[in-house]
Amino acid sequence: MPQEKKFNLTVPVISLKNISWKAPGAGFSLHDVSLTIPDNTYAVLMGSTGCGKTSLLEILCGLRQPSQGQIFLDDRDVTLLEPRERRIGYVPQDLALFPGRRVKAQLSFALQMRGLSDETLIQQLAEDLRITHILERLPEQLSGGEKQRVALARALAAQPRVLLLDEPLSALDESTREDAMTLLRTLQSKHALTVLHVTHSSSEANALGQLRLRLDHGQIVSA
Amino acid sequence: MRTFWLCLAVITTAYLLFWLLLLGATAAYSPPEVWLQTVMKPEIRYATALSLLTCTAAAAIALLFAVPIGYFMARCQFRGKTLLDAALDIPIVLPPMVVGICLLIFFQTSIGRSIEQVISFTYTIAGVVLAQFVVAAAFAIRTMRGTFDHLSARPEEVALTLGATRFQSFWHVALPTARRGMLAAFCIAWARSLGEFGPILVFAGATRMRTEVLPTTVWLELSVGNLDSAVTVSLAMILIAVIVLVAVRATGEKV
Repeated sequence: MPQEKKFNLTVPVISLKNISWKAPGAGFSLHDVSLTIPDNTYAVLMGSTGCGKTSLLEILCGLRQPSQGQIFLDDRDVTLLEPRERRIGYVPQDLALFPGRRVKAQLSFALQMRGLSDETLIQQLAEDLRITHILERLPEQLSGGEKQRVALARALAAQPRVLLLDEPLSALDESTREDAMTLLRTLQSKHALTVLHVTHSSSEANALGQLRLRLDHGQIVSA
Repeated sequence: MRTFWLCLAVITTAYLLFWLLLLGATAAYSPPEVWLQTVMKPEIRYATALSLLTCTAAAAIALLFAVPIGYFMARCQFRGKTLLDAALDIPIVLPPMVVGICLLIFFQTSIGRSIEQVISFTYTIAGVVLAQFVVAAAFAIRTMRGTFDHLSARPEEVALTLGATRFQSFWHVALPTARRGMLAAFCIAWARSLGEFGPILVFAGATRMRTEVLPTTVWLELSVGNLDSAVTVSLAMILIAVIVLVAVRATGEKV
Protein backbone atom coordinates (compact mmCIF):
# COMPACT_ATOMS: atom_id res chain seq x y z
CA MET A 1 0.00 0.00 0.00
CA PRO A 2 1.38 3.45 -0.83
CA GLN A 3 1.97 5.86 1.99
CA GLU A 4 -0.66 8.54 2.28
CA LYS A 5 1.15 11.81 1.75
CA LYS A 6 0.34 15.31 2.87
CA PHE A 7 -0.45 17.44 -0.17
CA ASN A 8 0.54 21.02 -0.52
CA LEU A 9 -2.71 22.18 -2.09
CA THR A 10 -1.35 25.66 -2.81
CA VAL A 11 0.87 24.29 -5.64
CA PRO A 12 -1.38 22.14 -7.78
CA VAL A 13 0.06 20.82 -11.00
CA ILE A 14 -3.31 20.05 -12.60
CA SER A 15 -6.39 22.06 -11.97
CA LEU A 16 -9.65 21.75 -13.85
CA LYS A 17 -12.21 24.50 -13.32
CA ASN A 18 -15.86 23.97 -14.24
CA ILE A 19 -15.13 21.75 -17.24
CA SER A 20 -18.20 20.79 -19.27
CA TRP A 21 -18.33 18.65 -22.36
CA LYS A 22 -21.01 16.81 -24.29
CA ALA A 23 -20.31 13.71 -26.36
CA PRO A 24 -21.30 13.95 -30.04
CA GLY A 25 -24.66 12.18 -30.25
CA ALA A 26 -25.18 13.06 -26.55
CA GLY A 27 -24.32 9.61 -25.16
CA PHE A 28 -22.92 11.16 -21.98
CA SER A 29 -21.57 14.46 -20.77
CA LEU A 30 -19.40 16.13 -18.14
CA HIS A 31 -20.96 18.93 -16.09
CA ASP A 32 -18.94 21.54 -14.25
CA VAL A 33 -16.08 19.16 -13.41
CA SER A 34 -13.57 20.76 -11.06
CA LEU A 35 -10.52 18.89 -9.89
CA THR A 36 -7.11 19.61 -8.38
CA ILE A 37 -4.22 17.18 -8.36
CA PRO A 38 -1.15 18.30 -6.41
CA ASP A 39 2.35 17.99 -7.79
CA ASN A 40 4.07 14.58 -7.74
CA THR A 41 0.89 12.73 -6.79
CA TYR A 42 -0.44 9.39 -8.01
CA ALA A 43 -4.16 10.03 -8.49
CA VAL A 44 -6.59 7.31 -9.45
CA LEU A 45 -9.90 8.04 -11.17
CA MET A 46 -12.71 5.49 -11.03
CA GLY A 47 -16.23 5.46 -12.40
CA SER A 48 -18.72 3.29 -14.22
CA THR A 49 -18.27 2.34 -17.88
CA GLY A 50 -19.12 5.17 -20.28
CA CYS A 51 -19.23 7.87 -17.58
CA GLY A 52 -16.66 10.05 -19.39
CA LYS A 53 -13.31 9.09 -17.77
CA THR A 54 -11.51 8.71 -21.09
CA SER A 55 -13.05 11.95 -22.39
CA LEU A 56 -11.79 13.74 -19.28
CA LEU A 57 -8.24 12.48 -19.94
CA GLU A 58 -8.52 13.55 -23.58
CA ILE A 59 -9.69 17.01 -22.53
CA LEU A 60 -6.73 17.25 -20.16
CA CYS A 61 -4.15 16.40 -22.79
CA GLY A 62 -5.80 18.61 -25.42
CA LEU A 63 -7.30 16.03 -27.77
CA ARG A 64 -10.80 17.36 -27.07
CA GLN A 65 -11.90 20.91 -26.40
CA PRO A 66 -14.27 21.45 -23.46
CA SER A 67 -17.43 23.40 -24.23
CA GLN A 68 -16.82 25.38 -21.04
CA GLY A 69 -14.24 25.73 -18.28
CA GLN A 70 -10.47 26.06 -17.95
CA ILE A 71 -7.49 23.75 -17.49
CA PHE A 72 -4.47 24.95 -15.53
CA LEU A 73 -1.06 23.34 -15.39
CA ASP A 74 1.15 24.97 -12.77
CA ASP A 75 -1.21 27.96 -12.70
CA ARG A 76 -0.82 28.39 -16.47
CA ASP A 77 -4.06 28.33 -18.45
CA VAL A 78 -3.53 25.65 -21.13
CA THR A 79 -7.16 25.30 -22.24
CA LEU A 80 -6.47 26.58 -25.74
CA LEU A 81 -2.98 25.12 -26.13
CA GLU A 82 -2.19 22.35 -28.61
CA PRO A 83 -1.52 18.89 -27.08
CA ARG A 84 2.20 19.18 -27.95
CA GLU A 85 2.51 22.38 -25.93
CA ARG A 86 1.13 20.89 -22.69
CA ARG A 87 3.89 18.40 -21.70
CA ILE A 88 1.28 15.80 -20.76
CA GLY A 89 1.99 12.17 -21.58
CA TYR A 90 -0.95 9.98 -22.52
CA VAL A 91 -1.17 6.19 -22.61
CA PRO A 92 -4.60 5.23 -24.02
CA GLN A 93 -6.36 2.00 -23.16
CA ASP A 94 -5.56 0.41 -26.52
CA LEU A 95 -1.95 1.68 -26.14
CA ALA A 96 -2.00 2.89 -29.77
CA LEU A 97 1.54 1.87 -30.68
CA PHE A 98 2.55 3.17 -34.10
CA PRO A 99 2.01 0.34 -36.63
CA GLY A 100 5.09 -0.63 -38.62
CA ARG A 101 7.53 1.18 -36.28
CA ARG A 102 10.07 -0.80 -34.31
CA VAL A 103 10.12 -0.37 -30.54
CA LYS A 104 13.25 1.79 -30.67
CA ALA A 105 11.59 4.09 -33.24
CA GLN A 106 8.49 4.31 -31.00
CA LEU A 107 10.69 5.47 -28.12
CA SER A 108 12.60 7.96 -30.28
CA PHE A 109 9.42 9.48 -31.73
CA ALA A 110 9.00 12.33 -29.24
CA LEU A 111 12.64 13.37 -29.59
CA GLN A 112 12.48 13.05 -33.38
CA MET A 113 9.51 15.45 -33.46
CA ARG A 114 11.64 18.06 -31.71
CA GLY A 115 14.59 17.42 -34.02
CA LEU A 116 16.58 15.87 -31.17
CA SER A 117 18.36 12.58 -30.63
CA ASP A 118 19.30 11.18 -27.22
CA GLU A 119 20.50 7.58 -27.30
CA THR A 120 21.31 7.66 -23.58
CA LEU A 121 17.73 8.61 -22.64
CA ILE A 122 16.26 5.90 -24.88
CA GLN A 123 18.66 3.29 -23.48
CA GLN A 124 17.93 4.37 -19.90
CA LEU A 125 14.16 4.17 -20.45
CA ALA A 126 14.51 0.78 -22.13
CA GLU A 127 16.47 -0.47 -19.11
CA ASP A 128 14.01 1.02 -16.61
CA LEU A 129 11.10 -0.63 -18.38
CA ARG A 130 13.00 -3.86 -19.10
CA ILE A 131 12.51 -3.70 -22.85
CA THR A 132 16.14 -3.60 -24.06
CA HIS A 133 15.74 -7.09 -25.60
CA ILE A 134 12.78 -6.06 -27.77
CA LEU A 135 14.01 -2.74 -29.18
CA GLU A 136 14.16 -4.10 -32.75
CA ARG A 137 10.72 -5.74 -32.67
CA LEU A 138 7.53 -4.53 -34.35
CA PRO A 139 4.35 -3.97 -32.28
CA GLU A 140 2.71 -7.15 -33.61
CA GLN A 141 5.65 -9.19 -32.29
CA LEU A 142 5.07 -8.03 -28.68
CA SER A 143 3.04 -9.58 -25.86
CA GLY A 144 0.38 -7.55 -24.01
CA GLY A 145 2.75 -6.74 -21.13
CA GLU A 146 5.55 -5.74 -23.50
CA LYS A 147 3.22 -3.47 -25.48
CA GLN A 148 2.15 -1.78 -22.28
CA ARG A 149 5.77 -1.16 -21.21
CA VAL A 150 6.65 0.18 -24.67
CA ALA A 151 3.67 2.59 -24.58
CA LEU A 152 4.79 3.80 -21.15
CA ALA A 153 8.39 4.25 -22.28
CA ARG A 154 7.24 6.12 -25.39
CA ALA A 155 5.21 8.54 -23.26
CA LEU A 156 8.09 9.02 -20.81
CA ALA A 157 10.55 9.73 -23.64
CA ALA A 158 8.73 13.04 -24.15
CA GLN A 159 9.73 13.88 -20.54
CA PRO A 160 6.23 14.92 -19.45
CA ARG A 161 5.41 16.42 -16.05
CA VAL A 162 2.02 14.77 -16.04
CA LEU A 163 1.17 11.25 -17.16
CA LEU A 164 -2.37 10.15 -18.00
CA LEU A 165 -3.00 6.41 -17.98
CA ASP A 166 -6.27 5.01 -19.29
CA GLU A 167 -6.85 1.56 -17.79
CA PRO A 168 -3.23 0.58 -18.47
CA LEU A 169 -3.43 -2.73 -16.61
CA SER A 170 -6.80 -3.98 -17.84
CA ALA A 171 -5.36 -6.35 -20.45
CA LEU A 172 -2.81 -7.96 -18.10
CA ASP A 173 -3.13 -11.19 -16.12
CA GLU A 174 -2.84 -11.22 -12.29
CA SER A 175 0.91 -11.90 -12.01
CA THR A 176 1.88 -9.39 -14.73
CA ARG A 177 -0.44 -6.83 -13.16
CA GLU A 178 1.36 -6.95 -9.80
CA ASP A 179 4.66 -6.49 -11.61
CA ALA A 180 3.23 -3.60 -13.65
CA MET A 181 1.88 -1.84 -10.54
CA THR A 182 5.33 -1.96 -8.92
CA LEU A 183 6.80 -0.58 -12.13
CA LEU A 184 4.28 2.30 -12.25
CA ARG A 185 5.03 3.25 -8.64
CA THR A 186 8.79 3.21 -9.32
CA LEU A 187 8.45 5.28 -12.49
CA GLN A 188 6.25 7.88 -10.82
CA SER A 189 8.74 8.31 -8.04
CA LYS A 190 11.86 8.26 -10.26
CA HIS A 191 10.52 10.75 -12.84
CA ALA A 192 8.73 12.93 -10.24
CA LEU A 193 5.52 12.55 -12.18
CA THR A 194 2.00 13.59 -11.44
CA VAL A 195 -0.10 10.66 -12.61
CA LEU A 196 -3.81 10.41 -13.29
CA HIS A 197 -4.65 6.73 -13.67
CA VAL A 198 -8.12 5.62 -14.80
CA THR A 199 -9.22 2.20 -13.59
CA HIS A 200 -12.26 0.07 -12.80
CA SER A 201 -10.36 -1.99 -10.25
CA SER A 202 -10.71 -1.06 -6.55
CA SER A 203 -7.62 -3.13 -5.68
CA GLU A 204 -5.59 -1.21 -8.28
CA ALA A 205 -6.92 2.08 -6.90
CA ASN A 206 -6.09 1.07 -3.30
CA ALA A 207 -2.63 -0.15 -4.22
CA LEU A 208 -1.59 2.86 -6.31
CA GLY A 209 -3.77 5.83 -5.47
CA GLN A 210 -2.46 8.53 -3.17
CA LEU A 211 -5.51 10.50 -4.23
CA ARG A 212 -8.63 8.54 -5.14
CA LEU A 213 -11.37 10.15 -7.19
CA ARG A 214 -14.64 8.97 -8.71
CA LEU A 215 -16.48 10.33 -11.72
CA ASP A 216 -20.17 10.00 -11.02
CA HIS A 217 -22.97 11.35 -13.24
CA GLY A 218 -20.53 13.69 -14.97
CA GLN A 219 -19.08 15.10 -11.73
CA ILE A 220 -15.98 14.36 -9.62
CA VAL A 221 -16.50 13.06 -6.10
CA SER A 222 -13.96 11.69 -3.60
CA ALA A 223 -13.71 7.89 -3.70
CA MET B 1 -31.37 -24.89 -45.86
CA ARG B 2 -28.99 -26.85 -48.13
CA THR B 3 -31.22 -26.23 -51.15
CA PHE B 4 -31.09 -22.49 -50.47
CA TRP B 5 -27.26 -22.38 -50.45
CA LEU B 6 -27.18 -24.67 -53.49
CA CYS B 7 -29.38 -22.24 -55.43
CA LEU B 8 -27.08 -19.34 -54.54
CA ALA B 9 -24.02 -21.37 -55.57
CA VAL B 10 -25.66 -22.17 -58.93
CA ILE B 11 -26.40 -18.48 -59.58
CA THR B 12 -22.78 -17.56 -58.71
CA THR B 13 -21.39 -20.30 -60.95
CA ALA B 14 -23.68 -19.32 -63.83
CA TYR B 15 -22.53 -15.71 -63.58
CA LEU B 16 -18.84 -16.64 -63.51
CA LEU B 17 -19.34 -19.12 -66.34
CA PHE B 18 -20.95 -16.41 -68.44
CA TRP B 19 -17.87 -14.22 -67.95
CA LEU B 20 -15.46 -17.09 -68.65
CA LEU B 21 -17.36 -17.85 -71.88
CA LEU B 22 -17.10 -14.21 -72.92
CA LEU B 23 -13.35 -14.11 -72.27
CA GLY B 24 -12.81 -17.55 -73.81
CA ALA B 25 -14.67 -16.59 -76.98
CA THR B 26 -12.64 -13.38 -77.29
CA ALA B 27 -9.35 -15.21 -76.71
CA ALA B 28 -10.24 -17.91 -79.29
CA TYR B 29 -11.35 -15.45 -81.96
CA SER B 30 -7.96 -14.96 -83.63
CA PRO B 31 -4.85 -17.15 -83.77
CA PRO B 32 -1.68 -16.12 -81.83
CA GLU B 33 0.10 -15.12 -85.07
CA VAL B 34 -2.49 -12.38 -85.58
CA TRP B 35 -1.85 -11.14 -82.05
CA LEU B 36 1.85 -10.87 -82.86
CA GLN B 37 1.19 -9.03 -86.13
CA THR B 38 -1.12 -6.61 -84.34
CA VAL B 39 1.25 -5.76 -81.51
CA MET B 40 4.04 -5.11 -84.01
CA LYS B 41 2.05 -2.36 -85.75
CA PRO B 42 3.64 1.05 -85.01
CA GLU B 43 0.28 2.70 -84.19
CA ILE B 44 -0.60 -0.08 -81.71
CA ARG B 45 2.82 0.17 -80.09
CA TYR B 46 2.45 3.95 -79.88
CA ALA B 47 -1.04 3.62 -78.32
CA THR B 48 0.26 1.04 -75.81
CA ALA B 49 3.21 3.22 -74.79
CA LEU B 50 0.99 6.31 -74.54
CA SER B 51 -1.58 4.40 -72.48
CA LEU B 52 1.07 3.16 -70.02
CA LEU B 53 2.56 6.65 -69.73
CA THR B 54 -0.68 8.62 -69.36
CA CYS B 55 -2.26 6.08 -66.98
CA THR B 56 0.79 6.27 -64.71
CA ALA B 57 0.77 10.08 -64.77
CA ALA B 58 -3.00 10.28 -64.17
CA ALA B 59 -2.86 7.74 -61.32
CA ALA B 60 0.08 9.54 -59.67
CA ILE B 61 -1.70 12.91 -59.84
CA ALA B 62 -4.94 11.28 -58.63
CA LEU B 63 -3.07 9.90 -55.60
CA LEU B 64 -1.67 13.35 -54.80
CA PHE B 65 -5.25 14.60 -54.46
CA ALA B 66 -6.77 11.41 -53.02
CA VAL B 67 -4.48 11.15 -49.97
CA PRO B 68 -5.21 14.58 -48.44
CA ILE B 69 -8.89 14.54 -49.46
CA GLY B 70 -9.38 10.98 -48.16
CA TYR B 71 -7.68 11.90 -44.86
CA PHE B 72 -9.73 15.07 -44.51
CA MET B 73 -13.00 13.21 -45.13
CA ALA B 74 -12.11 10.37 -42.76
CA ARG B 75 -10.82 12.44 -39.84
CA CYS B 76 -12.61 15.79 -39.93
CA GLN B 77 -16.20 16.24 -38.73
CA PHE B 78 -18.00 19.28 -40.08
CA ARG B 79 -21.41 20.49 -41.18
CA GLY B 80 -22.24 19.56 -44.77
CA LYS B 81 -19.88 16.58 -44.81
CA THR B 82 -22.54 14.27 -46.29
CA LEU B 83 -23.10 16.73 -49.11
CA LEU B 84 -19.37 17.02 -49.84
CA ASP B 85 -19.05 13.23 -49.71
CA ALA B 86 -21.77 12.90 -52.36
CA ALA B 87 -20.17 15.66 -54.47
CA LEU B 88 -16.83 13.79 -54.49
CA ASP B 89 -18.61 10.81 -56.07
CA ILE B 90 -20.09 12.85 -58.94
CA PRO B 91 -17.38 11.83 -61.48
CA ILE B 92 -18.20 8.18 -60.74
CA VAL B 93 -21.87 8.51 -61.62
CA LEU B 94 -21.59 11.01 -64.49
CA PRO B 95 -21.87 9.51 -67.98
CA PRO B 96 -18.30 9.45 -69.40
CA MET B 97 -19.22 11.51 -72.48
CA VAL B 98 -20.63 14.22 -70.20
CA VAL B 99 -17.28 14.44 -68.39
CA GLY B 100 -15.61 14.96 -71.77
CA ILE B 101 -18.07 17.67 -72.77
CA CYS B 102 -17.65 19.43 -69.39
CA LEU B 103 -13.87 19.48 -69.93
CA LEU B 104 -14.24 20.73 -73.49
CA ILE B 105 -16.62 23.53 -72.46
CA PHE B 106 -14.51 24.53 -69.44
CA PHE B 107 -11.46 25.11 -71.65
CA GLN B 108 -13.55 27.46 -73.82
CA THR B 109 -14.20 29.75 -70.83
CA SER B 110 -11.87 32.64 -69.94
CA ILE B 111 -10.32 30.68 -67.03
CA GLY B 112 -9.83 27.64 -69.26
CA ARG B 113 -8.26 29.72 -72.04
CA SER B 114 -5.87 31.32 -69.51
CA ILE B 115 -4.79 27.84 -68.37
CA GLU B 116 -4.32 26.75 -71.98
CA GLN B 117 -1.89 29.62 -72.52
CA VAL B 118 0.39 27.87 -70.00
CA ILE B 119 -0.35 24.20 -70.84
CA SER B 120 -2.43 23.18 -73.83
CA PHE B 121 -4.97 20.48 -72.90
CA THR B 122 -7.56 20.31 -75.68
CA TYR B 123 -6.67 17.58 -78.21
CA THR B 124 -3.23 17.00 -76.65
CA ILE B 125 -1.52 14.29 -74.59
CA ALA B 126 -1.92 16.52 -71.49
CA GLY B 127 -5.64 16.43 -72.26
CA VAL B 128 -5.58 12.62 -72.28
CA VAL B 129 -4.00 12.67 -68.80
CA LEU B 130 -6.54 15.24 -67.56
CA ALA B 131 -9.50 13.26 -68.91
CA GLN B 132 -8.18 10.10 -67.25
CA PHE B 133 -7.43 11.95 -64.00
CA VAL B 134 -10.92 13.46 -63.63
CA VAL B 135 -12.60 10.07 -63.27
CA ALA B 136 -9.69 8.08 -61.77
CA ALA B 137 -9.26 10.60 -58.92
CA ALA B 138 -12.81 9.97 -57.70
CA PHE B 139 -12.06 6.24 -57.36
CA ALA B 140 -8.70 6.93 -55.70
CA ILE B 141 -10.36 9.32 -53.21
CA ARG B 142 -12.98 6.73 -52.36
CA THR B 143 -10.26 4.10 -51.77
CA MET B 144 -8.13 6.41 -49.61
CA ARG B 145 -11.12 7.51 -47.58
CA GLY B 146 -11.97 3.84 -46.91
CA THR B 147 -8.35 3.19 -45.95
CA PHE B 148 -8.21 6.04 -43.41
CA ASP B 149 -11.70 5.16 -42.12
CA HIS B 150 -10.44 1.69 -41.24
CA LEU B 151 -7.27 2.95 -39.54
CA SER B 152 -7.60 3.98 -35.91
CA ALA B 153 -7.00 7.68 -35.34
CA ARG B 154 -5.66 6.91 -31.86
CA PRO B 155 -1.94 6.54 -32.80
CA GLU B 156 -2.14 9.91 -34.60
CA GLU B 157 -3.67 11.49 -31.48
CA VAL B 158 -0.98 9.99 -29.25
CA ALA B 159 1.61 11.43 -31.65
CA LEU B 160 0.15 14.89 -30.95
CA THR B 161 0.72 14.42 -27.21
CA LEU B 162 4.31 13.37 -27.97
CA GLY B 163 5.13 16.72 -29.53
CA ALA B 164 4.01 16.22 -33.15
CA THR B 165 2.14 18.87 -35.11
CA ARG B 166 -0.96 17.79 -37.05
CA PHE B 167 1.14 17.59 -40.21
CA GLN B 168 3.89 15.56 -38.49
CA SER B 169 1.28 13.19 -37.09
CA PHE B 170 -0.17 12.75 -40.60
CA TRP B 171 3.24 12.38 -42.24
CA HIS B 172 5.00 10.16 -39.70
CA VAL B 173 2.09 8.05 -38.40
CA ALA B 174 -0.94 8.05 -40.73
CA LEU B 175 0.85 7.91 -44.10
CA PRO B 176 3.23 4.99 -43.37
CA THR B 177 0.27 3.02 -41.98
CA ALA B 178 -1.80 3.76 -45.07
CA ARG B 179 0.82 2.68 -47.62
CA ARG B 180 -1.08 -0.46 -48.67
CA GLY B 181 -4.19 1.64 -49.24
CA MET B 182 -2.12 4.12 -51.24
CA LEU B 183 -0.84 1.32 -53.45
CA ALA B 184 -4.40 0.04 -53.92
CA ALA B 185 -5.65 3.57 -54.73
CA PHE B 186 -2.86 3.99 -57.30
CA CYS B 187 -3.66 0.62 -58.93
CA ILE B 188 -7.40 1.34 -59.04
CA ALA B 189 -6.82 4.82 -60.49
CA TRP B 190 -4.41 3.31 -63.01
CA ALA B 191 -6.91 0.62 -64.07
CA ARG B 192 -9.73 3.19 -64.40
CA SER B 193 -7.46 5.40 -66.51
CA LEU B 194 -6.61 2.48 -68.78
CA GLY B 195 -10.27 1.82 -69.54
CA GLU B 196 -11.24 5.49 -69.98
CA PHE B 197 -12.65 6.18 -73.42
CA GLY B 198 -15.55 8.66 -73.58
CA PRO B 199 -13.91 11.73 -72.02
CA ILE B 200 -10.69 11.12 -73.99
CA LEU B 201 -12.57 10.80 -77.28
CA VAL B 202 -14.50 14.03 -76.71
CA PHE B 203 -11.78 16.12 -75.06
CA ALA B 204 -8.47 14.83 -76.48
CA GLY B 205 -9.66 13.31 -79.74
CA ALA B 206 -8.63 10.03 -81.40
CA THR B 207 -5.76 11.10 -83.63
CA ARG B 208 -3.50 8.23 -84.65
CA MET B 209 0.09 8.46 -83.40
CA ARG B 210 -0.89 11.49 -81.33
CA THR B 211 -3.68 11.11 -78.75
CA GLU B 212 -4.54 7.48 -79.44
CA VAL B 213 -4.66 5.25 -76.35
CA LEU B 214 -5.67 1.56 -76.17
CA PRO B 215 -9.47 2.02 -75.78
CA THR B 216 -9.35 4.49 -78.68
CA THR B 217 -7.47 1.86 -80.72
CA VAL B 218 -10.24 -0.69 -80.12
CA TRP B 219 -12.81 1.84 -81.33
CA LEU B 220 -10.72 2.94 -84.36
CA GLU B 221 -9.99 -0.65 -85.41
CA LEU B 222 -13.66 -1.62 -85.02
CA SER B 223 -14.80 1.39 -87.05
CA VAL B 224 -12.66 0.28 -90.02
CA GLY B 225 -13.79 -3.35 -89.65
CA ASN B 226 -10.43 -4.65 -88.41
CA LEU B 227 -11.85 -7.00 -85.80
CA ASP B 228 -8.63 -9.02 -85.34
CA SER B 229 -6.70 -5.97 -84.15
CA ALA B 230 -9.57 -4.81 -81.93
CA VAL B 231 -9.73 -8.25 -80.32
CA THR B 232 -5.96 -8.41 -79.77
CA VAL B 233 -5.88 -5.00 -78.10
CA SER B 234 -8.91 -5.98 -76.00
CA LEU B 235 -7.10 -9.14 -74.86
CA ALA B 236 -4.05 -7.08 -73.89
CA MET B 237 -6.29 -4.79 -71.83
CA ILE B 238 -7.96 -7.78 -70.14
CA LEU B 239 -4.52 -9.14 -69.21
CA ILE B 240 -3.44 -5.79 -67.75
CA ALA B 241 -6.74 -5.50 -65.83
CA VAL B 242 -6.24 -8.97 -64.29
CA ILE B 243 -2.67 -8.06 -63.25
CA VAL B 244 -3.96 -4.86 -61.60
CA LEU B 245 -6.73 -6.79 -59.84
CA VAL B 246 -4.20 -9.26 -58.44
CA ALA B 247 -1.94 -6.38 -57.35
CA VAL B 248 -4.80 -4.63 -55.54
CA ARG B 249 -5.89 -7.85 -53.83
CA ALA B 250 -2.28 -8.39 -52.72
CA THR B 251 -2.44 -5.09 -50.84
CA GLY B 252 -5.43 -6.40 -48.89
CA GLU B 253 -7.80 -3.77 -50.34
CA LYS B 254 -10.82 -4.36 -52.57
CA VAL B 255 -11.61 -2.73 -55.90
